[in-house]
Amino acid sequence: MGARGEIRFLLNGAPVALGNVRPDETLLDYLRLRQRLTGTKEGCAEGDCGACTVLVGRLRNGALSYESVNACIRFLGSLDACHVVTVEHLKRADGSLHPVQQAMVDYHGSQCGFCTPGFVMSLYALWMREAQPSDRAIEKALQGNLCRCTGYEPIVRAARAVSDYGNAASDPLATERAAVIAALQGMKDGARVEIGSGRERLLIPADVDDFAAILEAEPEATIVAGATDVGLWVTKFMRDIAPVVFIGGLDGLQEIREQDGVISIGAGVSYTGAFELLAKRIPALGALIDRIGGEQVRNMGTIGGNIANGSPIGDTPPPLIALGATLTLRRGSARRTIPLEDFFIDYGKQDRAPGEFVEAVHVPVPDAASRFAVWKISKRRDEDITAVLGAFDLRIADGRVEAARIAYGGMAATPKRAKAVEAALTGKAWTQETVEAALSAYDGDFQPISDMRASADYRMMAAKNLLRRYFLESTGAGAVDLSRHEAA
Amino acid sequence: MTRHEPRTQGKAKIDGGVASDEKHDSARKHVSGEAIYIDDMAEPAGTLHACLGLSEVAHGAITGFDLSDVRAAPGVVAVLTANDVPGDNDMSPTGLHDEPILADGRVQFFGQPVFAVIAETREAARRACRLAKIDYAEEPALIDVADAADDAKLVTAPLKLERGDSAAAIAAAPHTVRGQMRVGGQDHFYLEGQIAFALPGEDGDVTVFSSTQHPSEVQHMVAHALGVPSHAVTIEVRRMGGGFGGKETQANLFATIAAIAAKKLNRPVKLRPDRDDDMTATGKRHDFLIDYTVGFDDEGGILGVDFTYAARCGYAADLSGPVTDRALFHCDNTYFYPAARAVSRPLYTNTVSNTAFRGFGGPQGMVGAERIIDEVAFALGRDPLEIRKKNLYGTDDRNVTPYHQTVEDNVAERVIAELEASADYAARRREIAAFNAKSPVIKRGLALTPVKFGISFTATHFNQAGALVHVYTDGSVHLNHGGTEMGQGLHTKVAQIVAEEFQIDIDQVKITATTTGKVPNTSATAASSGTDLNGMAAQDAARQIKNRLIAFAAEAHDVPKDQVVFLPGRVRIGNREIPFAELIGEAYMARIQLSAAGFYKTPKIHWDRDKGQGRPFYYFAYGAACAEVSVDTLTGEYMVERVDILHETGRSLNRAIDIGQIEGGFIQGMGWLTTEELVWDGKGRLRTHAPSTYKIPLASDRPKAFNVALADWAENAEPTVHRSKAVGEPPFMLAMCVLHALSDAVASVAGHTVCPRLDAPATPERVLMAVERMKAEGAR
Repeated sequence: MGARGEIRFLLNGAPVALGNVRPDETLLDYLRLRQRLTGTKEGCAEGDCGACTVLVGRLRNGALSYESVNACIRFLGSLDACHVVTVEHLKRADGSLHPVQQAMVDYHGSQCGFCTPGFVMSLYALWMREAQPSDRAIEKALQGNLCRCTGYEPIVRAARAVSDYGNAASDPLATERAAVIAALQGMKDGARVEIGSGRERLLIPADVDDFAAILEAEPEATIVAGATDVGLWVTKFMRDIAPVVFIGGLDGLQEIREQDGVISIGAGVSYTGAFELLAKRIPALGALIDRIGGEQVRNMGTIGGNIANGSPIGDTPPPLIALGATLTLRRGSARRTIPLEDFFIDYGKQDRAPGEFVEAVHVPVPDAASRFAVWKISKRRDEDITAVLGAFDLRIADGRVEAARIAYGGMAATPKRAKAVEAALTGKAWTQETVEAALSAYDGDFQPISDMRASADYRMMAAKNLLRRYFLESTGAGAVDLSRHEAA
Repeated sequence: MTRHEPRTQGKAKIDGGVASDEKHDSARKHVSGEAIYIDDMAEPAGTLHACLGLSEVAHGAITGFDLSDVRAAPGVVAVLTANDVPGDNDMSPTGLHDEPILADGRVQFFGQPVFAVIAETREAARRACRLAKIDYAEEPALIDVADAADDAKLVTAPLKLERGDSAAAIAAAPHTVRGQMRVGGQDHFYLEGQIAFALPGEDGDVTVFSSTQHPSEVQHMVAHALGVPSHAVTIEVRRMGGGFGGKETQANLFATIAAIAAKKLNRPVKLRPDRDDDMTATGKRHDFLIDYTVGFDDEGGILGVDFTYAARCGYAADLSGPVTDRALFHCDNTYFYPAARAVSRPLYTNTVSNTAFRGFGGPQGMVGAERIIDEVAFALGRDPLEIRKKNLYGTDDRNVTPYHQTVEDNVAERVIAELEASADYAARRREIAAFNAKSPVIKRGLALTPVKFGISFTATHFNQAGALVHVYTDGSVHLNHGGTEMGQGLHTKVAQIVAEEFQIDIDQVKITATTTGKVPNTSATAASSGTDLNGMAAQDAARQIKNRLIAFAAEAHDVPKDQVVFLPGRVRIGNREIPFAELIGEAYMARIQLSAAGFYKTPKIHWDRDKGQGRPFYYFAYGAACAEVSVDTLTGEYMVERVDILHETGRSLNRAIDIGQIEGGFIQGMGWLTTEELVWDGKGRLRTHAPSTYKIPLASDRPKAFNVALADWAENAEPTVHRSKAVGEPPFMLAMCVLHALSDAVASVAGHTVCPRLDAPATPERVLMAVERMKAEGAR
């Protein structure tokens, strides 16, 4: 099949076919500048404030689901065969407000109103998922939306009450579901999309094999899955990123499954997509996912991307390293699988050859004999970047440490194992004395830096105290963790 | 909305009068995305976009200036530098001439605007900006006030308040404590960033749509920059996406550049900076270093205090004078000091010029007062609440402030007592002690703090306002006043006041954009004064028209004036009732003027700054809040478990809006004192210039339980509009209870024997470091 020269998607009620799309054109600019749909606002242009929240409906292996996303860092090229729903789509034809909108009005949920369309869209996505959300679910759904006026209280009141105003089953996105699925399926023709050349070049592979072929031919291409990092290269640093390969729509990278005690996560699986299985099988990891970004970022961002970009403060590599995860890299049809920790060579340097891409990560589920824990420390509890993150997987038998894997983020130029600490613990009696004695080994493992997130002293002190916390919890010494809500 | 048959006919009560929970006038437009902010306006053909080029050193002379690549970049139409300012290259709001629009030869902070690119698209302008080559001869920079020399430069004249002989009182006191406190600044983080959109007109005229709290000042700045009279410049703003003080003077930069470019190129020009540039190039709340000495007796009675409030003002004065003044005006909070001395140090630093922010120095002043309360309590081993209550202002005596104003409306004692009871303070104090005794890692803390906030601009002449009201022949009303809407519900409240005057439903009152062409010479919508001033002015305008209608009706129907009564939707004239619109129709035919300009000036106030004496405030607003927190002593992380608030807003015009201000103000104040941390590096670069690095509270940072009540017995002792009270700023400072609850939890580590001296913002890092200090000092 020949390549297609345009992207196609549904925008609110109408199909759109676009041949003139720049690879770095954001959905927000398209909506505001080209479509004059100005209800969607720009607050930060980095995916942190949520004023630009829209819904994107996508078919994944035939099923249609709508997710809130940040239009400011979402590239237009990633929306092929998607349904984009903006705040302008909510009011009914007779001018009456949507249940979410009416609840927000009645509970005084807007003051200056600038963040409001974004909140409406986040609450809309929540209401379609859960008719009677708990406060915990509401707060989670709103982690990616900043409001500076209301203090959130009236917005949360509105969120609790939305179902008093209507039933999600009779919402247009529910009643028109079959037609939307048919329309999106019609757009999925299985063709590669190729638009523009040079600095304008945009590619959407037909499938994973096609992706491998493209990357072998054009190894300089920027791979974009969720765009939660690359989006900022454009909006903040104005980097030229072409050619760009959009892989977020590839079903072949969307798989998450467990086999023989190992969970394999395709590189295109979003945090949200990975959450359900991880929360069930490795609850501590599930709880961590809740603290990565906001809902919009979790709907877009991928664990594969979190690994591949090599950041020293990515939240998933340390726990995955502690769990002994491995990584499959692919170039053309050749694949290799390496321990995840070996992927991170130095700051900004990973073990990824030109033309090679991260295809999947494989996470062993810890068995009953080991105790896995991970804690993230940040200035603000939710939607913040890590100051220190510590992950522990210790095997303790007969009061002795048989094996220890400990890894940290935010403590070095890469996500890094605390090998000296592990050595100081391994083979020793699992006692407070052993833990206290092991603390001095941290200085051998880490020389953290001071920056705007934390001082070096704090990082080191908190890192050590996480080991103390791990010990206290393992001995059942009662609550040593703050939790906002009772365990679900 | 215009209707010929008012549905209020025969109603008992109008919709949306005063003391109703009327919804925000734009609520439906907010939720549907239909509310138009400046960036949402349709752009005329030929609209150009501007981007500012910012300095990359904190202090120095510009030695090389090569903008040729910028000019040659795709889409670039013009590049502006200081030389392109046709009038006065200055936007100093206080007339000190210390704030150039574009840097003229030298830069004084990292991020100072040096040039502006005007291009066909915003993206082209942003990309071109990066191509500038500028060389600087760097000079030593003062970034942090802690590094300031004793004789360091000040940006404006300091203030001294003195009552009694504090040095003698402290020297004679049985106990003395001396200490220092750091209080951080705060970025406004209005969700809608700064923006200006200028449209050139004929002659020297220009119209600028500006997201500003102070259209008149923007008008003056644009006129000065263009070298034209003020009459040539019209500023308009329908709404802002948040202001909080950040658009009181900071909009001037963007409006002047857009206007200069629009006039130079004769094309519409829009300037909307990226969030990072906005946060880098605009002023913030001042951070302070507070030195204090307090003398007190064995029972915790304060005998004398001495405060020095040093503020990081940045490179120019901006509003630092009145901000640091207001800090001193609040160094007492609700407490009587028998002898007091307080001085300000508005320090020059090579950082962005700091500016107004909700509370305007008051919060920083009060935090100092609450710190000395803690010091006294810990020195004597008492509950801080006991010390707070002991030192409250009296009603008949012990009621004179350090600035010699007598506190005449004190209700602090009643507010505290009611909150102490409703929050169950004593029982929870015992429960927390029991919890802490059994919990080695998680510690709980509790604190109740009061607020007394002075209402009025301390510059007396700002306490004036104007309004313009038209009644059209169908009985519908056009309302305009000098106040601006930034989300606080000002327009809603003023419309309620006008609807109440005419006894018509609020949907008969059209709220219109604030514009310098309708109401001139306005003050900033600031100092919590919006409703007090503009509500009174609008009431005055409505009453003028109403009085004309009464005189007309009395004469036309031959009844005494007191037999003309405005009822909901109708007017009773003698024995007859006619719809409001009918009376208006008759009045028009009789050639009665149906338009009026209203005016108001606050009575009673005066202030002699040189003497440090007067009555700067018309009245005070009071409140109190109680917080309970949990602290993880291994990491310094914490959770706000519960907050109870009792706040008095006089006779509330709109309880829903007032509660919204209290809840929102509290959370914003909590952010200031907890997670919102501004970090400058050694080069003077702001490292926290976006929401990724600067952390305002989220929904999940709210107190787990949050009980807000208005004091329903309250009314303003002064004859304000419907005896209401200002509510914009006072609730912000209720959040001090969170800082003190954290401090209380930290103190429990050392058995409440050592004052934690927890500085702000109390990030998890500061909390952990304080815990570590407690462990070290408590063990001694």
